[in-house]
Amino acid sequence: MANAAQGYKGSEDYIASKPLMEIVNVSVALAKPLVIKGEPGTGKTLLAHSISRALNKKLYIWNVKSSTKAKDGLYVYDTVQRLNDARFKDKDITDIRHYIKMGKLGQAFKSDVQVVLLIDEIDKADVEFPNDLLNELDEMTFHVPELDEEVVAKHRPIVIITSNSEKELPDAFLRRCIFHYIEFPDEEMMERIVKVHYPDIEAKLMKEAIKRFYWIREVDGLRKKPSTSELIDWIKALTLGGISADKISAEIPFLGTILKNELDTDRFVKMSQGHGSFGFKRRF
Amino acid sequence: MFTNFYYILRNKGVPVSVTEWVAFIEALYEGHFQSSLNNLYYVGRAFLVKSEAYYDQFDLAFQEYFGGIKTEDVDLTKVLDWLDNPLNKLPRLSREEIAEMQEKMEEFRKQHDMEELMRQFRERLKEQTERHDGGAKWIGTGGKSPFGAYGTHPGGIRVGGESWSQSAAKVAEERRFKNYRNDIILDVRQTKLALKKLRELKREGAQEELDIDETIDKTAKEGGEIELVFNRSRENTVRIILLMDTGGSMLPYTELCERLFSAASQMEHFKEFKYYFFHNCIYQDIYEDIGNYKSMPTEKFLSNFDKRYKLVFVGDARMAYSELFDVNGCIDYFSTNDKPSIEWLIKMKEHFPHSVWLNPTHRNFWGHYTVDTISKIFPMFELTIDGLKDAIKALTSRPKRMAQN
Repeated sequence: MANAAQGYKGSEDYIASKPLMEIVNVSVALAKPLVIKGEPGTGKTLLAHSISRALNKKLYIWNVKSSTKAKDGLYVYDTVQRLNDARFKDKDITDIRHYIKMGKLGQAFKSDVQVVLLIDEIDKADVEFPNDLLNELDEMTFHVPELDEEVVAKHRPIVIITSNSEKELPDAFLRRCIFHYIEFPDEEMMERIVKVHYPDIEAKLMKEAIKRFYWIREVDGLRKKPSTSELIDWIKALTLGGISADKISAEIPFLGTILKNELDTDRFVKMSQGHGSFGFKRRF
Repeated sequence: MFTNFYYILRNKGVPVSVTEWVAFIEALYEGHFQSSLNNLYYVGRAFLVKSEAYYDQFDLAFQEYFGGIKTEDVDLTKVLDWLDNPLNKLPRLSREEIAEMQEKMEEFRKQHDMEELMRQFRERLKEQTERHDGGAKWIGTGGKSPFGAYGTHPGGIRVGGESWSQSAAKVAEERRFKNYRNDIILDVRQTKLALKKLRELKREGAQEELDIDETIDKTAKEGGEIELVFNRSRENTVRIILLMDTGGSMLPYTELCERLFSAASQMEHFKEFKYYFFHNCIYQDIYEDIGNYKSMPTEKFLSNFDKRYKLVFVGDARMAYSELFDVNGCIDYFSTNDKPSIEWLIKMKEHFPHSVWLNPTHRNFWGHYTVDTISKIFPMFELTIDGLKDAIKALTSRPKRMAQN
């Protein structure tokens, strides 16, 4: 068991729930990849940054895109460059090593100290992508056929994988991981999160803004529910605009920072007008 | 240990594999759960459940197996003080010991009811003035008293331990993840997720992907003069047609169908997405708008779209017998039809080998005669996430021949 004193306990700028901390610690102790899912804006990516800071380990980020192949993370053999160099004969092309570049996973394996590896938004890539990484993440080794060499992780990196559930991850892949779904923070937790971002914020304004924010989230049938980052932006707009707490309870200023979809805005306005007793007015 | 829990999980429909269970048990023996129910709940869940869709089933199973172990919500700062930094932590127990504990716990539960225990607890709270470690009476750590933390008394009242925002049993009881279940809700995001599976990759379109092998081959043949060879990139070639029932009996499912529709229309990875409407059943005309004003001859529909298209019906398939089998059976007063609807359906099935029927009503209500008949022509699935997944499987697999009656 990772010594509780050394274990992950969140960092100054990141509030982790107790269950999440425990799960991170277990996954670090057992060297199992941790798959994090959750609504957008619940701090999935930031978790890896926070772990890297809290445990004082270097962070490697592998941003996955729709075109990313599993092999890109291991290494890339730049054939075209070599072909090109061969043509001009001004460089030494006999050593294939010059043209083999390690990807993020490869770099993390080759590192002399334990590092944190973030595989961000794994669901963006092709459905087969996670399956192609099964063995690499399980054994923490891969083979480079061009060199006929085995790259073995010197220290098993702490692997954090985030998914926005655009695609489902294959079962075989998930079986080898630890999974956690970050719930949307409750109001109390949200207060702590906001305080991290704006330590000097007026308590009354914050309370009122958070209350309104959750109220908007409750509106039925929103296409895109506002997330933490929208709240943070909104509070920033409120403080910059010098809006007082009383005003927030009477109307919703800067609605555009919370609801980004026209249909949602319409729906919300219609709803708040429908419930006349709330007396909401849109500001712009 | 806890093997029954495994079976309860499986019974509730959580797909826990043996690998995952073994990993969980290993972690348990290595002490990663710190003998705390909260740890067991959260960290155990991280090991055993790999999708938030099953969190609810996990909650149910957890409640069934660990239910009755509860923490009370009383102001216990004083008590927590006594329980702080226990002198003797819970000893590591062997299998037999734990089995014994479980037995004792059952016994204990039979003998004491919770009310009585709480009363005793409050009384003892009044009497007790200092901390206790070990022992069998006072509220303290270790020890065998039914009150306190880190102790070995089976059952009883556990006080605090860690400052979790909510206790596991309570979270499990609340069933906060009910809405994530696969077999209940079909929201736009989840639907899109399911629809993503619907794809056929083929090389089509512009040649813009560098084909390295070919390039090297060609370059070698040209004697080192670089010759780049491009290939068509692989694209999704799925073409979908949605045919939706706008009949009155579909009214309760409007929102559900709306979600499916908006998910499908938001999908950017379909090659083509078309939608049409029909009223109760298919006759010589289908409609391009939801109000059934703009009609389109079904024959034209069939000649416009070839068998590469995948056809998805959405409807309850429930109608009067005559609407399906009779000439002039159409429910609209002003419409006549010289071909019974069933013939049109069979024609469609023959035309579109990849076709399914999504039914928003529950499977239990499919006993109706017309539903039964239609489900023999088109593979029929419930309009839930699970049903949708099966339907997509059916759409992407090789077409099956019509079920013989």
